[in-house]
Amino acid sequence: MTVLLQADNIAKHFGGIRALKDVSLTINAGEIYGLIGPNGAGKTTFFNVITGLYQRDGGDIVFAGQPLHVESPHEVTQAGIARTFQNIRLFAEMSALENVMVGRHLRSKGSVIGAMLRTPAVRAEEAAIKTKALELLAYVGIAGKAEVRAASLSYGDQRRLEIARALATEPKLLALDEPAAGMNATETAGLRALIEKVRADGTTVLLIEHDVKLIMGLCDRVAVLDYGEKIAEDVPAVVQKDPRVVSAYLGVPYEQ
Amino acid sequence: MYAQKKKIAGVALIGVALAILPFVIGMGFGNAWMRMLDFALLYIMLALGLNIVVGFAGLLDLGYIAFYAVGAYIYALLASPHFGLHWPLWAILPLGALVAGMFGMLLGAPTLRLRGDYLAIVTLGFGEIIRIFLNNLNAPINITNGPKGIAGIDPLAKNIEIFGYALHSLYLIYYLFVALALLIVVVTMRLEKSRLGRAWVAIREDEIAAKACGINTRNVKLLAFAMGASFGGVAGGLFAGFQQFVSPESFGLFESIMVLCMVVLGGMGNIPGVILGAVVLTVLPELFRQWAGPMQMALFGQTYIDPESMRLLLFGIALILVMRFRPMGLLPSSRRKAEFEHAAEEGVTS
Ligand SMILES: Nc1ncnc2c1ncn2[C@@H]1O[C@H](COP(=O)(O)OP(=O)(O)O)[C@@H](O)[C@H]1O
Ligand SMILES: [Mg+2]
Repeated sequence: MTVLLQADNIAKHFGGIRALKDVSLTINAGEIYGLIGPNGAGKTTFFNVITGLYQRDGGDIVFAGQPLHVESPHEVTQAGIARTFQNIRLFAEMSALENVMVGRHLRSKGSVIGAMLRTPAVRAEEAAIKTKALELLAYVGIAGKAEVRAASLSYGDQRRLEIARALATEPKLLALDEPAAGMNATETAGLRALIEKVRADGTTVLLIEHDVKLIMGLCDRVAVLDYGEKIAEDVPAVVQKDPRVVSAYLGVPYEQ
Repeated sequence: MYAQKKKIAGVALIGVALAILPFVIGMGFGNAWMRMLDFALLYIMLALGLNIVVGFAGLLDLGYIAFYAVGAYIYALLASPHFGLHWPLWAILPLGALVAGMFGMLLGAPTLRLRGDYLAIVTLGFGEIIRIFLNNLNAPINITNGPKGIAGIDPLAKNIEIFGYALHSLYLIYYLFVALALLIVVVTMRLEKSRLGRAWVAIREDEIAAKACGINTRNVKLLAFAMGASFGGVAGGLFAGFQQFVSPESFGLFESIMVLCMVVLGGMGNIPGVILGAVVLTVLPELFRQWAGPMQMALFGQTYIDPESMRLLLFGIALILVMRFRPMGLLPSSRRKAEFEHAAEEGVTS
């Protein structure tokens, strides 16, 4: 089994709040890895740190065998980590298709001069970007919505579109921040099938989720954060029975 | 196939219209109107340049006129008795575009982290700094000739005679301007539908998401500043050759605001809208000036307000009316139109 992402002693604080206290975790290539924990536990902060949106205050990250440069988010995306956001962040006034086409930015190279002259190479690349984007829309199940403005899509479709846009960057690791939030049971089932398909097609998935049932059914391994600390990391069946996890979720003080 | 034919027919129609337009205007209304037509073309180029920065990338730039000034002074210095240089137009214009583009990056670089009102204030300051430099670079070495400006600039064209007909230089200048304006329109259209055009709009819509999509927002924003500025530089060079005189006075904040009005009024981000905005805002104030006097005479038998102030007053009223009745601009892009309708719906339901 190869390790895809190794995070060691990641620390992050906001003023007096220590949002992450030396969190270490290991994600293996090809797994669906769950990150759970009560509200405010630091899950999103962890995402923001590994994707370069926040600068960490301590710790090391090794991704695909290389130390991860996280000075700027686009470098992280270049290295192969793509993400979605807890509060969906689409390009609201662009069509669904254009949103995914933006995701191809990194994997295409048409220059400004090329665009002005509209060289055959640029035209071919543009056509390829469009084809790939349409494929991805079909892949996540919203092929019919290509020309719809992103902001007009239903909530579930917006989540799917965000996943398509992230996949367009050809990530090794797809990080999803609460993708099932606000979805009904049918939409959640569809999302679950989609995540399994993504994994089956070779992309490792890191999943933050509130829906414990979804996590337990879907993930190979799960880490639990509570007040910025990792309190458990194991297969779902073990984590589920861990008394510290139970108390963190139910709010009952844990006694040794 | 049919669509292709329709497109060719459309282009041909526009071509013929643009070719005969100066004769209709010039013969019908006189040379003053020809000058205005030429100015409208200059403003189209300027507005399309600013549209890249403000309309596409969403970066509110209030110092844009500085790049017009850079282009104009480059022409003035390289083709006038001031330094005794008389470079040809075809050499100066690309150089002007290049230098203005470099200034665009130079002034854009410190503002990369700023957005909205903060960006507007800083760019406003930069615009003024350039103007003040032009005003003061006459000592110890006289480069710009200070507030007196540079006169006697080589003209863009001379009056000529074809088949025995005298053709005023305004006509030749018109064709030169049309050609360059068309070039800028085509370039803008191609950029809009390119990987970089999408990146600009993505940054406007959500900068964090754009970064997460792998866009190097710093480089892409600098590119927007550079492209916009280079269009301004071309327009500036043409302006200098057209007026045969430049002075710092022509590049004040009011000019920046005027160009911004053209972009916003016409329909931010939408190329035909921006062109319309530029034409309307060049022609309207001029019309107001011409009508203000006679209209007062007819109504009151006496001129109460001098036509020059009346012009600004009417212009202000026209702006307010447009913003009241067509807040998304005269010809909004479908994207922006949807944005406004969406906002209106939300206003009703929430
Ligand atoms: N940008 C920020 N500035 C200040 N505090 C923050 C910021 N982001 C997160 N926090 C704080 O860090 C803690 C963890 O938040 P977060 O990572 O969003 O939790 P989760 O995603 O697990 O619900 C919370 O106490 C939150 O208030
Ligand atoms: Mg969160």
